Amino acid sequence: MFRKKQEVLILPSGAKALRDSVNDLKAPKRQRSSKSEAKRYTRSKVGNFFYFAFIICGGVFAILPLVYCLCTSLKPLDEILIFPPRFFVHRPTFANYAALPELLSSLRVPLSRYIFNSLFVTLGTTFLYVVVASMAAFVLCKSNIKFKKTIFYIIQFSLLFNAYTLAVPQYLIFTWMNIVDTYWVCILPHFASTMGVFLMKQYMEGSLPNALLEAAKIDGAGYYRIFWQIVMPIVKPMWLTLTLFTFRDVWASVPQGTIFSETLKTLPTIMSQITAGGVARSGSAMAVTCILMIPPITVYMISQSNVMESMSSAGIKE
Amino acid sequence: MEKQINKKKISRKARFDETLPSYIMLAPFLIFFFIFLVLPIGASIVLSFTDYDMINNPHPAGLGNYLRMFLEDDVFPVVFKNTLFFAIICGPAGFLLSFVLAWFINEFSPLVRTLLSFMFYAPALVGNATFIWQVAFSSDAYGYINSALLSLGLITEPITWLSTEQYIQPIIIIVQLWSSMGVSFLTNISGLQNVNNELYEAGSIDGIRNRWQELWYITLPTMKHMLLFSAVMQISSAFSISGIAITLAGFPSVGYAADTIVSHMQDLGTVRYELGYASAVAVVLFLMMVFFRLVIGKLLNMTGK
Repeated sequence: MFRKKQEVLILPSGAKALRDSVNDLKAPKRQRSSKSEAKRYTRSKVGNFFYFAFIICGGVFAILPLVYCLCTSLKPLDEILIFPPRFFVHRPTFANYAALPELLSSLRVPLSRYIFNSLFVTLGTTFLYVVVASMAAFVLCKSNIKFKKTIFYIIQFSLLFNAYTLAVPQYLIFTWMNIVDTYWVCILPHFASTMGVFLMKQYMEGSLPNALLEAAKIDGAGYYRIFWQIVMPIVKPMWLTLTLFTFRDVWASVPQGTIFSETLKTLPTIMSQITAGGVARSGSAMAVTCILMIPPITVYMISQSNVMESMSSAGIKE
Repeated sequence: MEKQINKKKISRKARFDETLPSYIMLAPFLIFFFIFLVLPIGASIVLSFTDYDMINNPHPAGLGNYLRMFLEDDVFPVVFKNTLFFAIICGPAGFLLSFVLAWFINEFSPLVRTLLSFMFYAPALVGNATFIWQVAFSSDAYGYINSALLSLGLITEPITWLSTEQYIQPIIIIVQLWSSMGVSFLTNISGLQNVNNELYEAGSIDGIRNRWQELWYITLPTMKHMLLFSAVMQISSAFSISGIAITLAGFPSVGYAADTIVSHMQDLGTVRYELGYASAVAVVLFLMMVFFRLVIGKLLNMTGK
């Protein structure tokens, strides 16, 4: 123990050692939660069977439309037009995917531009928002500034309002700021999202020991350095969670009357142009939908275990 | 005396130096929060008492906008009723479903749990997939639902699902619930996994005999704060149903059956530029949401009693 204390004097390895020791402290807790698989005496067999049946039905219902989407995207044209329509695909083909570049070549703006717009807006917003939200959350959690509690209470209450309910009031602000029809209008409003700050602050309450921050401060680490080198690595599960939520939101967002230039539009908007093509185009439309599903699902796969770990801190205390 | 004042000055400066980084780190978020959340709400409250079309300066209209909403506007009562109907069904149903599913899922082994949570979360995750339902409920015989019903002999000719008033609302509710197992669902799963197991052991010693008692006396009170969070998320999404309704039923929909306050507001604001009136509609929407938020907070305080 004494040895460890001496190591702490050297930064950043010292802080790392202390962080490890904090993680060691956390470890037994994790073991305990995995024990939750232990036999419960309050469970009946009939009940368990009913549970299983219910949950399987629900799960199938939830995933079926997406499976249908995937199947249809792989159907050749004759299978799409067959009557009565089939659910599953019999002779899968990638023709619908292969036809996409040609189908989209009739657009005034090349497809690559839409892809660039989507990636630029989504990745940029996600990265910046995670940083902005984490900084704010750290201050609201650990600093001793005035009105800290009031600010947090307001943020907590504002969780109620989302981009849809605020659309028109925000539209006023966009026109006053003169940012309609620019990239800014896709990016900036997301920074006002309260959920990230709220979730991050609640997570920090439970995972950042004051002793660790004190030790780093005594060793001479500045405020910003503490944030980047000690706080951010510890709250990694939560910032991965925020990455998922923000990525998902921005990726799927369709601007409502704020973007007119074709060169600034993102992928979801061209999807609606293709889906307007009716039954014959439904193969291509499903193919685009499938392609659009890939990025958020990938992000979810990467962050999944962290999301499950971190979200348990998301409680509103009044 | 002078020394003391000096000391005070130094300490004030020291305190300022110490808290300055805090303010710098908090500033970016607070600025955006103010510009895109506080200011819009404030502006819409002020503008709701004026006539404003974005070209001329707003001029005061007193309570005119609010009177117009309930007395003159033929569409508003319909969209108000629709919004309330969707919110009252989808809010509590989405909230209960997200908890019940999470509670069920929690009974399984970690691998099954991961798989099932993905299955339920996937619709919310992929965002734009609502359009699949449009194909499924397509009004000709190629629509999947229609052809299934035709081949089963339940109907003799295809039903125009999305342009018949009586079907539009149930379909929207189903699709909304399907896609609403999002953040609140994940919170519930995570929260349930982290309820301290010792509480359950203690409970079973204290005489808890079945899972319902366990739920009411241990799980719900422990998860109270998380449930409030997930309720807030569900209220927020239930009041903002518009994208799904527009994708499925179009705008304006047949008989305004799928139009909500949000889509009406969008129409008034960004198409007709009647921003004073649109702001008044926004204020009514905000008041409704705040009311429901306060009610649910009170209700959740009653669990375990």
